[in-house]
Amino acid sequence: MKKLLTVGALCAALAAPVMADTTKVGFVYIGPVGDHGWTYTHDIARLALEEKFGDSVQTSFVENVGYGADAERVMTQMALSGTDLIFATSFGYGPDMNTVAARFPNVKFEHATGYIQETDNVSLYNARFYEGRAVIGHIAGKMTETNKVGYIASFPIPEVIMGINSAYRHAKAVNPDVEFNVVWVYSWYNPAQEAAAAEALIEQGADIIMQHTDSTAPLIVAQDAGIMAFGQASDMSAFAPEAHLTGILDVWTPYYIERVQAVKDGTWEAGNVWHGIVDGMVGFAPMSDRIPEEVRAEAEAMIEAIAAGEYHPFTGPINKQDGTPWLAEGEVAPDSDLLTMDFYVEGITSDIPN
Amino acid sequence: MIRLEKRKEPSKFWRIANPFLAVALTMLAGGIMFAMLGKDPVVAIRLIFFDPIFSETFGSYSRPQLLIKSAPLILIAVGLAIGFKANIWNIGAEGQYIIGALFGAGVALLFFPQPGWYIFPLMVLAGAFGGFLWAMIPAILKTRFNTNEILVSLLLVYVAEKILAAMALGLMRNPDIPGFPGSRDLRRYEAAHNAELFAGSGVHWGVVAALIAVIFAYAMMKRHMLGYHVQLAGQAPRAARFGGVSPTRLVIICLGISGMLAGLAGMFEVSGPGGQVRIEFASGYGFTAIIVAFLGRLNPIGIVFAGLLLGLTYIGGELSQMMLQLPSASIQVFQGMLLFFLLALDFQTNYRLRLTRGVRT
Repeated sequence: MKKLLTVGALCAALAAPVMADTTKVGFVYIGPVGDHGWTYTHDIARLALEEKFGDSVQTSFVENVGYGADAERVMTQMALSGTDLIFATSFGYGPDMNTVAARFPNVKFEHATGYIQETDNVSLYNARFYEGRAVIGHIAGKMTETNKVGYIASFPIPEVIMGINSAYRHAKAVNPDVEFNVVWVYSWYNPAQEAAAAEALIEQGADIIMQHTDSTAPLIVAQDAGIMAFGQASDMSAFAPEAHLTGILDVWTPYYIERVQAVKDGTWEAGNVWHGIVDGMVGFAPMSDRIPEEVRAEAEAMIEAIAAGEYHPFTGPINKQDGTPWLAEGEVAPDSDLLTMDFYVEGITSDIPN
Repeated sequence: MIRLEKRKEPSKFWRIANPFLAVALTMLAGGIMFAMLGKDPVVAIRLIFFDPIFSETFGSYSRPQLLIKSAPLILIAVGLAIGFKANIWNIGAEGQYIIGALFGAGVALLFFPQPGWYIFPLMVLAGAFGGFLWAMIPAILKTRFNTNEILVSLLLVYVAEKILAAMALGLMRNPDIPGFPGSRDLRRYEAAHNAELFAGSGVHWGVVAALIAVIFAYAMMKRHMLGYHVQLAGQAPRAARFGGVSPTRLVIICLGISGMLAGLAGMFEVSGPGGQVRIEFASGYGFTAIIVAFLGRLNPIGIVFAGLLLGLTYIGGELSQMMLQLPSASIQVFQGMLLFFLLALDFQTNYRLRLTRGVRT
């Protein structure tokens, strides 16, 4: 440990002349950059950094990094190689990042969807994807003919549960008969398993697929089956032009530029932000012509209302699945409730795995 | 024309030379692949094979990491090799690794937050027992019902993965962090933490266990009756049976030892570098160890080198991704080439190519 610190310090000293004008930014990715989902959008933002800052920023990344010892090693090697700022983009990197951050107090760390902040060089950032889920939930509720929506979920964590609840509530609001079938695949990126999940959901009667996983496989299955689906993270319409209705976009570029600029200016401080539609971190892929004019208008209106702060997707009255009250009439869910959400809202029939 | 001829005896020379040749060919073919990706092949190969050990910037960190990454591979591979020698194919070490980790972590979580010197030794015993137990399923099914241990042990990996997910989500979930799967971080529970024995050395109890396992396996295979039985059963099963070697006993022993060692590896990982029971805890060590066992020629000493080499390609692979932006898939291809070339070259251990004139009728 002590030795490591001296080595770290030594490397920093050796690298100092180069670092004077070049800021080194490292990215640790959970999936491959070619997933066209989550990791792809982070990598687009990385490339945007290079474009924006030119030679004064040097970026690097390692993809498919597992949680635990592997993540800890990759982040340590980045820190040792003189990286100034490290973005790690999956919730499970929390313990590893905090361990490395404690060892390298001069390196700055940014953790997407993180929840552990033990040192003052660890910053957390996340997007309010539930806002987007509300909009696509509304569209799904209007568009389904079988009244069955299939949902491919990754891990039972608040982020994902929140998305299911938000989408379900808004589908139910416009279609009282709607049902959600949720399949958990325990992976963020596993095209084969995601495709199998989509097929199973279609067999159970779903005519719309939503996904909280990163590959384009579910969309392609939906296209082949002649049903509808929503993309994830980036505009996936090219992979399934018929099936693709719209999708929530992850827009990281502005935040990344802001944070790198702060490091260059010496004004970087650990923060904890949760940006939504209004901040531009949550966007939408172009809406398909398949969505009727009026539904599109309703969706646009909802997007505007959320952005203007006039509407919050979790506004009471809302009961939990077991019927106990959660939010009273007109009450808006506090962020702390959302960030630790481990229950379904009333009406969802399956159980969260535990 | 060229003719294939089976050797009377497998060539000792090629048995030893092939792994080295395979590494050389992998460097060559891998280098061509890296060049086709537009990267400097010399730099890429250097980053993978040399920088983790010799680089001034990374070496002092990567060298200990090499031990951390290689120890579980070696520990598992040593056990597998004993079975492979006797033609007993445990392909499910990954499952035994998971169950061992769950047993070990389970003991730790039962005692949390008490201190106690006895907790860690109990975890070691539990880990070994868990792996042993999981390996006994294919062993007993094989000896009782003559099922195929390859299939049973492999399929039990998927069962173990489901149990792991259930544990991370339910019974073993950390009650202090609501909403997130995963157990407490055992690295932060002193009595259960498989910490480095000397700071910055990378040497934890798993590394020590791997070393002990190598010595024991070596002594057993060379000096002990059991080792002789294993070799005999592998090379001449009929002779072994006439010689009084009980196939049932051998199956139980071989699967038992390999399961135990895999369970230990899982336990040392979850209480040390891995840190906690999580859904994605299993990282394929159990499968990679099969490659290590073969690359090491099923010989305990060879396995040490093979394990270190594979560990090196992982750590160097990350470095080359970071420094050269090589895609991670190209590193996997590179690792795959190693096994591919070895298997291809092994052909000439048993056969030789002959240039002949004309066709013999």
